[in-house]
Amino acid sequence: MPDKVRIAVIGLGKMGLSHFSMVNAHPETETCACDGSGFLVDVLSKNIDTPIHKDYDAMLASEDLDAVVIATPSKFHAPMVTAALEKGLHVFCEKPFCLDWADSERLTKLAADKGLVAQVGYHYRYVGAFQEMKRVLASGALGQITHVLAEAYGPVVLRPKRATWRTDQTQGGGCLYDYAAHPLNLLNWYFGTPDRVSGSVLGKIFSEATDDEVFSTLQWNGGPTAQLSVNWSDESHRKMTTRLSMIGTNGRIFADRQECQIYLREPVAALPGYDRGWTVKYTTELTEDRWFYLRGEEYSAQLDDFITAVKAGKAVADENGFASATETDRTMAMVIENAETGQPVGQARARAPQPAQKRGWFGRRSA
Amino acid sequence: MDRLLFGDNQFFGVNHMSEEKARAQMMRFQKTDAIMDVLDTAYDEGIRTFMCTTHDRIAEICDRVRADSARYSDFQFYPCMPYAHKYANAVTEHGMLGALKTFMPDDGLFSTALSGARALATKEIDGMAKVLIDMEMKMFHGTKTPVIFVQNVFADLLLGMGFTRALKVFHDHVVEKYGAEPAFITMNMPMMLEALEKEGIERPIICSNINKIGFRMSGGFDAYLDALKSGRVRAVAMSVYASGAIPADEAIHWISELPGVESIVFGASSAANIRGTKALVDKYMVKDAA
Repeated sequence: MPDKVRIAVIGLGKMGLSHFSMVNAHPETETCACDGSGFLVDVLSKNIDTPIHKDYDAMLASEDLDAVVIATPSKFHAPMVTAALEKGLHVFCEKPFCLDWADSERLTKLAADKGLVAQVGYHYRYVGAFQEMKRVLASGALGQITHVLAEAYGPVVLRPKRATWRTDQTQGGGCLYDYAAHPLNLLNWYFGTPDRVSGSVLGKIFSEATDDEVFSTLQWNGGPTAQLSVNWSDESHRKMTTRLSMIGTNGRIFADRQECQIYLREPVAALPGYDRGWTVKYTTELTEDRWFYLRGEEYSAQLDDFITAVKAGKAVADENGFASATETDRTMAMVIENAETGQPVGQARARAPQPAQKRGWFGRRSA
Repeated sequence: MDRLLFGDNQFFGVNHMSEEKARAQMMRFQKTDAIMDVLDTAYDEGIRTFMCTTHDRIAEICDRVRADSARYSDFQFYPCMPYAHKYANAVTEHGMLGALKTFMPDDGLFSTALSGARALATKEIDGMAKVLIDMEMKMFHGTKTPVIFVQNVFADLLLGMGFTRALKVFHDHVVEKYGAEPAFITMNMPMMLEALEKEGIERPIICSNINKIGFRMSGGFDAYLDALKSGRVRAVAMSVYASGAIPADEAIHWISELPGVESIVFGASSAANIRGTKALVDKYMVKDAA
């Protein structure tokens, strides 16, 4: 491994530009970038020293790279990640990982076979309050968690507007892939892939080609039931807000980007420092600065972990590995299938599967 | 610059500790009267500088200040631009080039350049940047804006990309067109200082987090202290209380003993907090300044 990690950022949209800025400012990297927009490539090429390419394949062929950061529209993730892994490059890919979770599984295996660091940009796992939630759950202090509410709200689509890839579900746009992916990914982190998904609704409000709101009920065998409530057409939120609430037999926990609030009915030895009643921990006190701050410590931290893992010659990501993002892709596929068919997806209990109940008792479907 | 500047986060639902508090503040400051009441309290305490984002609602504050020039004869704004959400939303909807088109005037000056038919000349890009700055400044016409800041998300995005020439374009335009002092907000002060010096900007005014516990002082606490001691930066300290983690007296006392810190910017919604901070700054900082 050379002194610096040679890394290319592909796709200079909203996420890509900020990834590029953070990666380029990292002391352990040598950076280049790639984007299909002639205008942006033109402006940047005239003003910065970093090489900016227009063609991904040409860049892979010409640049001597260690790693790529893929921040293109979601439908390009699978082919671009495949090409990078086959070249032996470490990969950081924006979320959602792949639109077809079969691709996600294939690429998880490919990255593992090649021993490459393969990470997906679910940045909420780097937010101090959600990390604290993970720690509290692992301690068992809340007893048995039975009741979970996972929410995300924000102002993305507030009126009928010009279609872009973000408003087309077949291209990976929509409230499910863009917003709901985050609380679902956190649920996967805490509880794994759900065993049964039911009651899903992918509702349109302003969009024509995709969902603007998502509801779902997720169940884990021997674990909790979670209600998912997500809406990206909510102007009352200044920006995206993600929050999780859980009730267990020994208390309650709430977390959002800012804080983690815990109520314990009885203190527990496994969780020192938490008394009976409420304890509040703030992300500001749970977070350490990284080399560069652009829009939140979590964005810097996930890239720092990726770069550091590549530099250290690791063969696996510390957090948000492809396998974990595959769980989220699989969960979203369950939500879509459930919403489309109206049939619960997965099995709640380990018993002989019952034949799917045909709809149309009242003659709605002519089977 | 004054020792104490009044910030605007509290008016627009920005709170680093709690979304619940942020929402309560948004509700409270929904009406411009509520904002003006707090500004009046600060102004009557002798805090005459309002350091504010170029948020749409600031235009209403500008109207009030212009309308009563006798009452607000010493009132001054330190605009901080751009108001990023406006541009981020436009880029999501129209793409980078399309967004730029929506913000350029209809007089056709840049329509050929933005047709996408040919590469843009550097001069044209600079020209468009100046148009964008002028648009952000429009609401402040007829008020005092002796210092003009570029916001941290934008400044740091450019800093990370190495596109610091844009900061120089901003610097020169602010000096030439507005006769004001250009200034820079950043979360990465040591790196920003070095980059600005490379662009030929000497002793820049830089606003960044400076607090006793090193909260969000990216680049490292020691690097900040070294930069301050070097005399190369005119610093404006924000987050001096580290979102409430440091007792007020201790926080201001510590800042007052740092070299290079010319001003503190703080936000508060209650008269008690405004008076408290003002009293501490008077106690620890103003005497030294004389």
